Amino acid sequence: MLILAWAAHNAATTLAERNMRVDFGFLASPAGFDIPFRIVPWDPSDSYGYALLVATLNTALAAALAIVLASLLGLAIALMRLSANPLAAALARGVTELVRNTPQLLQIVFWYIAVLQVLPAARASFSIGGAVFLNVRGLFMPAPNSPLLAMCSGLGLAGAFILPRLLPRAPVLLLGAASMAGLLAVGTLLSTWELPALKGFNFQGGWRLPPELLALVVGVGIYTSAFIAENVRASIQAVAPGQREAARSLGLSPGRTMRLVVLPQAMRTLLPPLASHYLNIIKSTTLGAAIAYPEVLQIFARTVLNQSGRAVETMTLVLGVFLAINLIVSSLIGRWDRRLQRDAR
Amino acid sequence: MKRFARACIGTPSNAAITALLVLFLAWALPPLVRWGLADATWSAVDRRGCGPDGACWAFIRARWALFFYGPYPPPERWRVDLAGALLLVTLAAALFLRRGRVWALLALVAGVPIVAGMLLAGGLLGLPAVPTADWGGLLLNVVLCFIAVAAAIPIGTLLALGRRARLPFIRALCTTLVEFWRGVPILAVLFMGLVLLPMMLPPGWTMDTLLRAAAVLVFFISAYMAEVIRGGLQGLGPGQYEAAKALGLHPIQAHLTVILPQAMRIAVPGIVNLVVDLFKDTTLVSIVGLFDLMGVVNQSLKDQAWLGHPTEGYVFAAVVFFVCCLLISLAGSVLERRLETTRG
Repeated sequence: MLILAWAAHNAATTLAERNMRVDFGFLASPAGFDIPFRIVPWDPSDSYGYALLVATLNTALAAALAIVLASLLGLAIALMRLSANPLAAALARGVTELVRNTPQLLQIVFWYIAVLQVLPAARASFSIGGAVFLNVRGLFMPAPNSPLLAMCSGLGLAGAFILPRLLPRAPVLLLGAASMAGLLAVGTLLSTWELPALKGFNFQGGWRLPPELLALVVGVGIYTSAFIAENVRASIQAVAPGQREAARSLGLSPGRTMRLVVLPQAMRTLLPPLASHYLNIIKSTTLGAAIAYPEVLQIFARTVLNQSGRAVETMTLVLGVFLAINLIVSSLIGRWDRRLQRDAR
Repeated sequence: MKRFARACIGTPSNAAITALLVLFLAWALPPLVRWGLADATWSAVDRRGCGPDGACWAFIRARWALFFYGPYPPPERWRVDLAGALLLVTLAAALFLRRGRVWALLALVAGVPIVAGMLLAGGLLGLPAVPTADWGGLLLNVVLCFIAVAAAIPIGTLLALGRRARLPFIRALCTTLVEFWRGVPILAVLFMGLVLLPMMLPPGWTMDTLLRAAAVLVFFISAYMAEVIRGGLQGLGPGQYEAAKALGLHPIQAHLTVILPQAMRIAVPGIVNLVVDLFKDTTLVSIVGLFDLMGVVNQSLKDQAWLGHPTEGYVFAAVVFFVCCLLISLAGSVLERRLETTRG
């Protein structure tokens, strides 16, 4: 406590000496720099405050994609490790050990420099069906021309929550998946698509995921998936073997035993560690600063700090953003956890 | 062998999985082996001596010493070796000695840092001084990790005990500190340390970059350490403390002789995991301008003589970190087993 007070006092004297005041007023002034990748409109004449929002959305996008990748991959690796096939189990084990024991930063930089930077130029891109292109400038995908797809996926998501309430007897997961998939299909078919097309030296049109984002998502996603896989495996093994045997003796197939008996119970022990992995992913997106992905740390602790020299304010904002995201996500997961524990009784 | 074969191709779906995996390995492994071994170049003067298809391990050989010592002056590198040997010998003694293990542990936490620090920094006993700016490569990763763990264990213990204290003020303070550090990204804290720590010192004081990074890592890891140790404390049950108190032990005495030794034993696996994570995270200092192994690799890739071999550099760094992490895990499991047998 005394040390903290002493440090604060010293900081205050230093600031006073340099004639600096802690003042967040600079947030309203124009930023003047470009943000190379963003999901909302941005112009260099926009304010620093808006830059914080743009950068936070970039962080959120990277974190969301990495969370999806890590969860799916983690589940797949865990199932491979639990499979009766020794080859699959050994392969999964090898991958897990390799990924868990090398630094995350090393993996991200490896994907960025040793994989994505040596991809061919736009003219010689890898292409899937002439719609999706991968080259040194990033991943190019078709984009819907109208907001129809977004509306349909919103409806599908709403349906996934509402339908199970209307039809309490039907299996929840199936209904949710059907609602999502159905409306997504409708949206995909109805909307017109803008294909990326080669113009000059680069592709124009469609969605572009820059290599920085890809490397960050793949690096963070794969790294965390190894940890998630271990937790999934442990929580599946923690379900008492009697449960599985009872389900089998009731005549449930192995697949239904897994889906209806084992996984719901495993979920209860899995949720707390899973939550902390998700929070780690959000924090790990700051490693994007190593490859210049425009996320909160890169934009604020580098660009804005260098431009405005306001060290105390920018660092407070960066830490504040992460503390806030952390609080929100952990309270959401806490609610989900309480519900799971309540259902258990 | 027969059982293995049956497990691989016992049922049709299993046989299909096996076939798929074998096909995948047959597709992926040969090019990898060709690149890494068969077509690789092991010695060359510069990049022109390397074949176009294979790995250029000559690059790693040319940079070998730099990867481990960084810019540490070559005639003084024996000091690094000596400090490393000291660390390994004390660690081995702490793990394997039958008697005097406590002394070896004390030497590891209190003696080795001081002796190794003097050896590495020099400036006394006729050893030329080596500024910390010249410490680099794997040496820097080990130094940072060691400082952070050695300092985080006592601080983390205090924080963990503080979170269980009876005084609400202390409890709230410790909880806030721990949750704050656990809620922010380590890289943001490193940035903050480099920018804000100098401001927090009295005018005229300076703190070199290595110390600043180490201080940040100490704060950060202490919070995680506190949670691991708190887990150990919670695994103990109230009976131990009550029994110690009933025997008339002073609370401090009870904690030092009864509670903490047992809690630490429970916390060992968690602490080892934390050390492995921390060791990997020491690479982050390369982003804030220190030249650890990762930083040296990044820098070497820009060398004109060896341009164009990023894969080799990163694969080498990955292997080094993999081996180090494996060694830490191994030491941890040995320690766990030792403690298991001494439980009486």
